[in-house]
Amino acid sequence: MDSVWEYRNLLLSGTAVTVQLALASLTLSVLLGLIGASAKLAVNPIPRRIAGIYTTLVRGVPDLVLMMLLFYGGQQVVNDLGAATGWWDYVEINQFIAGVWSIGFVFGAYMTETFRGAILAIPRGQIEAGISCGMTPLLIFRRITWPQMVRHALPSFTNNWLGLIKATALVSVIGLHDLVWNASTAGRSVREPFSFMFAVLIIYLILTAFSDVGLRWLDRRYNVGVDRA
Amino acid sequence: MTQTSQATLALKVEDLHKRFGAVEVLKGVHLDAATGDVISMLGASGSGKSTFLRCINLLETPDSGNITVHGETIGMTTDKSGRPTPSDMTQVIRLRARLGMVFQSFNLWSHMTVLENVTEALIHVLKMPKPDALDRAQATLDKVGMYDRQDYYPAHISGGQQQRAAIARALAMEPDLMLFDEPTSALDPELVGEVLKVMRALADEGRTMIVVTHEIGFARDVSNKVIFLHEGAIESEGIPADMFGNPESARFRQFLSNTLH
Repeated sequence: MDSVWEYRNLLLSGTAVTVQLALASLTLSVLLGLIGASAKLAVNPIPRRIAGIYTTLVRGVPDLVLMMLLFYGGQQVVNDLGAATGWWDYVEINQFIAGVWSIGFVFGAYMTETFRGAILAIPRGQIEAGISCGMTPLLIFRRITWPQMVRHALPSFTNNWLGLIKATALVSVIGLHDLVWNASTAGRSVREPFSFMFAVLIIYLILTAFSDVGLRWLDRRYNVGVDRA
Repeated sequence: MTQTSQATLALKVEDLHKRFGAVEVLKGVHLDAATGDVISMLGASGSGKSTFLRCINLLETPDSGNITVHGETIGMTTDKSGRPTPSDMTQVIRLRARLGMVFQSFNLWSHMTVLENVTEALIHVLKMPKPDALDRAQATLDKVGMYDRQDYYPAHISGGQQQRAAIARALAMEPDLMLFDEPTSALDPELVGEVLKVMRALADEGRTMIVVTHEIGFARDVSNKVIFLHEGAIESEGIPADMFGNPESARFRQFLSNTLH
């Protein structure tokens, strides 16, 4: 265990990368989720179909496979495009960016379903009441839909977030120096893989415990006026 | 029947048509409401009375016909696929703020207290300063007997209280016209009275109201005009004394005898 302490800075910098990766991916996935949910609830069938393909595809394929596809495939597409047009030379995609895009893309699909369900759970009459008061669609979203959508979405959002934090570990396979990559490298070099992986486990537990506190706070805040079963 | 009474009509609806798929729900309905009128609309379920009310503030888009609020006609056009649509959405949004609507299922915003429900549109639609909105909201809640319940959430009060709060929400906007869509139909029988009492008080102070209802007593005693819809068309209309004292329409007589039993 002493060697873990010796490598603490490496583990800490890895943790920082993991947290940044998770937060950036979360932001992207929430954005994609909001877009996806509004596409799925649109009157026009074209956005509905595109969003349908997106969620069906992503949810039916292992995250790891999709990430490797997006990372290596994305790299190739960008370079083929550069070669074909002559606009840029060989580009090496930054692993962090690639990680954010892959995780964000995958979890955007889960968020789409989360938000779609949350919006559908708001009684239509409350929207009509807003319309009848002369509210604009934007005002209705901001004042009526959003606060209630957050409440309905929170349980499933929590699941997605925990899944997303854990999915960041997969990104070590594309070579990003995150917590898992740093720990396994250090563990191999001092021949103590077990101690290092155990440290990783504890750190992940601490991260999820912190999230739990934050999400509980959000849950209390957005559940005013609601009876608890 | 002078020209001036035409000009001051709070609401004029001409030849309103609405179809849901193959079913023609409204087959050319008209309505004139002068300021201070309390008009009750009766009819069996499926007669189109709720749809008619929802067309007035364009919660449903009518297929054809004119709606004029205080002399201002809502402009309509057709979209790319040929469906009717308002030509100027900002006009519709502006007029909606002048038409208060009360729903069968109250539709209070469940994440806001009673008071917040009432101040919401005052602050964000009418752009009233917060203290003014608060004063007006509390005065309106007092009027419907909900002042003491202003800090409750909708889930924690009875249906009758929710409906009175919803009436306050519409009333606080000081609308030109109030639309009531079966306001007592979702209430337990013992709670109907408190809501009707509030509506009666509004009628007494000269509010212009259009009330879709099953409450024959309210239609007879409070309104000054009764319209009976049958299968999307006006079957019979008139003042309550004539309508109830000596119903001409056999269908209306049938409806009354079914309802009163």
